[in-house]
Amino acid sequence: MTAMATPRPTPAPAAPARWRDPDRPAPCRLTVNGTDVVLEVPPRRTLADGLRDGGWTGVRLGCEHGVCGSCTVLLDDAPVRSCLMLAVQAEGRSVRTVEGLAGAAGLSPLQRAFHRAGAVQCGFCTPGFLMQATALLEREPDAAPERVRERLSANVCRCSGGTAALAAVRDAQRELGGGAR
Amino acid sequence: MKPPAFAYTRARSVPEALSLLAEAGEEAKLLAGGQSLLPLLALRLARPSHLVDIGGIADLDRPLLDHTGLTLPALVTHAALERHPGLAGPWAALGQCAGQIGHYPIRVRGTFGGSCSHGDPAAELPVVAVAMDARFVLRSSAGDRTVPAEEFFLSPFVTALEPTEMLVAAHFPAHEGRVASGFAEFAARAGDFATASVAVALTRDEQDRVRHVRIALGSVGPVPLRARAAEHELTGRALDETAIAAGARAATDGVEGRDGADLVPVLLARALRRLNERSGDHAA
Repeated sequence: MTAMATPRPTPAPAAPARWRDPDRPAPCRLTVNGTDVVLEVPPRRTLADGLRDGGWTGVRLGCEHGVCGSCTVLLDDAPVRSCLMLAVQAEGRSVRTVEGLAGAAGLSPLQRAFHRAGAVQCGFCTPGFLMQATALLEREPDAAPERVRERLSANVCRCSGGTAALAAVRDAQRELGGGAR
Repeated sequence: MKPPAFAYTRARSVPEALSLLAEAGEEAKLLAGGQSLLPLLALRLARPSHLVDIGGIADLDRPLLDHTGLTLPALVTHAALERHPGLAGPWAALGQCAGQIGHYPIRVRGTFGGSCSHGDPAAELPVVAVAMDARFVLRSSAGDRTVPAEEFFLSPFVTALEPTEMLVAAHFPAHEGRVASGFAEFAARAGDFATASVAVALTRDEQDRVRHVRIALGSVGPVPLRARAAEHELTGRALDETAIAAGARAATDGVEGRDGADLVPVLLARALRRLNERSGDHAA
C-alpha cells in the first residue's frame, strides 16, 4: 500500500458561544397569531420591538417601562406587557396580537363593541385594551363589572379614561352570552 | 429607552445557572419573569454585564404543601399564587397579597423569587414573608444556606444574596394550633406600589385568644418592619374590637411620622377584622 500522508483531522465545529453577543441578531422561533415565525433579534430587543420589527405594529410603544399597557399582547392566552419581555423570552411560545383578532367573519365581537361604544378616540391604546379584554372574556366570560374594571385598570387611555372601553366590554359580554346577571 | 447591552444566555437547570453566574462575575443578574428587572433596564437604572435567563428551568413553579408547611419555589408566579386553591386558612395572606401586586399582566410573569430577590421596600411579598417567618433557601455552587426572611432584606434593593447565589425557594413553616393570616394594603391607584401594607400571622388557643402573632409593615421603612408593640398588645387577648383598636394604636410604634405610617393602624385593623370574618381557621 502506498504510504499516504495522514489526512489532517477536520477541526470540530466551534461549540456555540455560551454567551450571546448583545447586539447580534439571532433567530427566535415563536408562533404569532397562529403562524410559526422567526424573528431575527438581538437578546436585548424587547418582545414589543421584535413584534413591531416583524410587522405587527398594532403592538404599541407607550411608556416602554410597563405602566401604560399599550404594548399588551397575549402569551399563551394570558395578557402580558410585551415591553417587559425580551423577545428571546418568547421563544417557543404562542403570541397573539391585535392583528389576530379579526377573522374570516370580520372584526371580533369585542372589536365591534369598542366601535359601537365610541371607545376608540385616537386609537393608540385600543390594541392593548382589546388584548386585555379578549384574554379576560376568554377565561371569565361571566366576569362581574368590578372584575372587568380591575382588569382594564391595567391599561391607560389618555383620551377617554377608559370608561367607554368598560361599557364596550360589558356590551360584548352580553353579545357573547356571558356577563354577570 | 431601550435596554442597554448585556451578554445573554439561558440556563437549563439551577446548577447550570449557578455556574454561569459564577463565570459571569458580580455584574451579572438572573432573569426570571423580568417584571422588576426589565423596567430597570428600560430606564437604564441597571446595566448588568450578563443576564442568565432562568425562566425556562423546569419544576420551579409549583407551590408544595405538606405537613412541614408551604414551600414556594422561586419561579411561582404571582398569578399562580393568587389563584392557588390550597392557599386558605394559615396561608391566606399569601394569596391576598399576590392578588394585589401590580396588575394582572405583571402577575402573569412576575415570580416570587424575583420579587424577593429584588427587595423593593414597597413590595408586598417580602412583608408577608417576614410576617410568616419564611425561611429563604439560597443556593450557590458551594451548597445551600437558609436565611430567615427578617434577615434576608437588608436595605432598599439590597438582600442577603451573594452575587453567586440564587434564591431557589422559600419555606413557610406550619404551626400547631389554630393558625390564621391576613394582608391589607393601600395604594393610591390600582396597580401602584403600596403606600403602606400590613401582614399578620397568628395562632389562637381554644378560647380564641392570641397565642403567637407576627405583624410586618411594608413601605414604611427600608425593609419590612415588625410591629412588635402591636404584637405585644395583642398577645393573650381575643380579637374583639377593643383588642383590635389597641393593637392598631400600637402599630405605628417606631414608624411614626414616616410616609404612609398613618395608614398602618387602619390596615392592621382591617386585616384583623377580615381574619375574624373568614370562616374556618384551619388547624395545622
